[in-house]
Amino acid sequence: MTVIPRPPVAPESLLAAPDQASQAEITREIAEFHADFLRREAAGEVLPRTMYDFPPYRSSILRHPTKSPTLVDPETIELLSPAFGQRDVAAIESDLTLQHAGEPLGERITVRGRLLDSWGRPIANQLIEVWQANSAGRYIHQRDQHPAPLDPNFTGAGRAVTNDRGEYLFTTIKPGPYPWKNHVNAWRPAHIHFSVFGSSFTQRVVTQMYFPGDPLFGLDPIYNSIRTQADRDRLIGVYDHDLTEPERSTGYRFDIVVDGPDATWFEQEEGH
Amino acid sequence: MTTASAPPRSLEPTPGQTVGPFFAFGTNYEKMHEVVHPHSPGALLLGGTVYDGAGNPIPDALVEIWGADADGTVPRARGARRRDDHSFTGFGRAATNDDGRYEFWTRNPGAAAGGAPFLAAIVFARGLPDKLHTRIYLPEDAEALAADPLLSSLAAGERATLIATRLPGGGLHHDIRLQGEKETVFLAF
Ligand SMILES: [Fe+2]
Repeated sequence: MTVIPRPPVAPESLLAAPDQASQAEITREIAEFHADFLRREAAGEVLPRTMYDFPPYRSSILRHPTKSPTLVDPETIELLSPAFGQRDVAAIESDLTLQHAGEPLGERITVRGRLLDSWGRPIANQLIEVWQANSAGRYIHQRDQHPAPLDPNFTGAGRAVTNDRGEYLFTTIKPGPYPWKNHVNAWRPAHIHFSVFGSSFTQRVVTQMYFPGDPLFGLDPIYNSIRTQADRDRLIGVYDHDLTEPERSTGYRFDIVVDGPDATWFEQEEGH
Repeated sequence: MTTASAPPRSLEPTPGQTVGPFFAFGTNYEKMHEVVHPHSPGALLLGGTVYDGAGNPIPDALVEIWGADADGTVPRARGARRRDDHSFTGFGRAATNDDGRYEFWTRNPGAAAGGAPFLAAIVFARGLPDKLHTRIYLPEDAEALAADPLLSSLAAGERATLIATRLPGGGLHHDIRLQGEKETVFLAF
């Protein structure tokens, strides 16, 4: 019997925007939308920090809600968070350079920071998950079609649980920038994906950490889906020479502040 | 909670970004969609499809649920990511498949203090610039649903997007629409 191969999961065609605009068009759109957001804000409109409706990011066009979110008082369950703990992850999971027999290629870096709430209180015992491309800009994910080499010594996924002071530390290699199909000659600035739990489910955040001085910042619709420059700057890890280790690795600091309604101030969690 | 007000915030929050297309290898873990073991008492399948504004299923979305146990208690024992096949951790995560479908094994959540029972849920997807909070209510307790502060503030059509459908075998069906005519109600806190 002939086995008919299944089509690949979510074929690449799905990932390519149909219009394939030029970079110049996308850059112009980004500038126009940013200017429009300033106008709307000046007119009194309350806009989210990350714009759900941001057409330069083409695949968002059919995937963003068109209605404003409904403001609601959080219930108890929403003010609590899944109870993670140190036993949820092994210590080695936070070192992405130790997951294979050999050392991955690329610049070895450490990324460390603190998980804080809006009042500056450290959040202990919460889960941080990261995933990233390798130093050549290639993801291990089967759907990544970028013809850059895979690194047999690098998977690119890690996990950590914050300590009593809300601190985390990852050792990894600096990811490369990579092309995608949002428009012609579209490249993502180098980034590490972060998935973070706070002490309240309302504080959940998935974001991306970038690296200082990336020339692709102004060109990237995803980075620019964040409305203000001040907020975009918050996603850039800070090079810190005190975190750099001689003959070993360069160091970046990336503190993460999770937001939540006022009620999260009162939620007395163990670990606070 | 309390009528006192919180002090002013001292830090600006870190803005969210899309989960992107390649989240699976970073977020998958063993039995992540089994909030309870499928053969445990009261286990039921909660499933549905995540749709885009053209009515097409979204094959690269990630759905997370977080809810109380059947008696209304919220699990606080540490270790929510490890699946031991008997503990109820309350938290589950499911990536949608090629057909845009997500599935969880869970139990009917209990209600807090006479309210309408629901699961808190968050949706992420490639193409979705930031997370979306929503709720999945159980359909049975008409009185509690009518008295719920969120549901009673919504028009009938909107309310329906937050209430799951009970299936004959006891499972729950709940579609999530990111955009369009029957767009799911998403929440801000
Ligand atoms: Fe990425």
